[in-house]
Amino acid sequence: MKATVLVRPKPGILDPQGEAVGSALGHLGFDVQDARVGKVIDLEVEAADEATARVEVEQMCERLLANPLIESYEVEIVG
Amino acid sequence: MASPQPRIGVVTYPGSQDDRDALWALAALDAEAVAVWHEEPELPDLDAVVLPGGFSYGDHLRCGAIARFSPATAAVREFADAGGLVLGICNGFQILCEAALLPGALLRNESLRFVCRDVRLTVERHDLPFTARCTAGRRIVLPVKHGDGRYLPPPDLDPAQVVLRYVDNPNGSIDDIAGVCNGAGNVMGLMPHPEHAVDRLLGSDDGALLLASLVDAARERVLAAI
Repeated sequence: MKATVLVRPKPGILDPQGEAVGSALGHLGFDVQDARVGKVIDLEVEAADEATARVEVEQMCERLLANPLIESYEVEIVG
Repeated sequence: MASPQPRIGVVTYPGSQDDRDALWALAALDAEAVAVWHEEPELPDLDAVVLPGGFSYGDHLRCGAIARFSPATAAVREFADAGGLVLGICNGFQILCEAALLPGALLRNESLRFVCRDVRLTVERHDLPFTARCTAGRRIVLPVKHGDGRYLPPPDLDPAQVVLRYVDNPNGSIDDIAGVCNGAGNVMGLMPHPEHAVDRLLGSDDGALLLASLVDAARERVLAAI
């Protein structure tokens, strides 16, 4: 089963990488109000069904993939 | 009786860089410096532990995020929970934060640039095993060299846990925080490198104030156990 994890810097946490990207887009002529840079982690997991896979991947996020102090995460199970 | 030599371990992870400098500095300050490999599930008999700087596991995912799960880190956690003295320098500080042995997190420098220079610091706590040789409010100079040193404290950080502050903040750390300790005061982490500053020939020997404080405290524990 394929799963995708989106890890984002939490709101309110300064994201200088996002600021640099936003400013570069501005220089290219795009009207960008805000840019934030996170991470995508694609996983292939063994699981009986989608619900089990989701629980498993959420545990991965809690234990390793995201740092709850600074990052939020979202799990998508692709099937 | 001769003053006993405390045994201080330095953990080497894959990608650690400053382990040898830490071993050298501790030996120069009259400790018995003991190299500890990251795969060791139990620490040898030690009076203090140092987690050195570097780029453990290539800084993949987040700095310190993977070293946190090394067998030696689990042993260091047990050691710290039992009241043992643990000092994390740079990447060692990042590992201690990821392991939740210290509060907060270290993020990419605000400038997005790697910073490598001497910084001035104010010692906020001089009553700790890591700072006892300093006087209150003393300024010291130590080198920093990091890309991810912007300290973000948790919202409930007790200000008394701030041990060192930058005079000229090099990385955007909140409240200029350069080093913190845990609530009990037996675990400390800092981004600057005391182990690179124990000889005037290298620009500063202020690092010896911190490391010799640790050696003193470790020696006191040996004496207390006799």
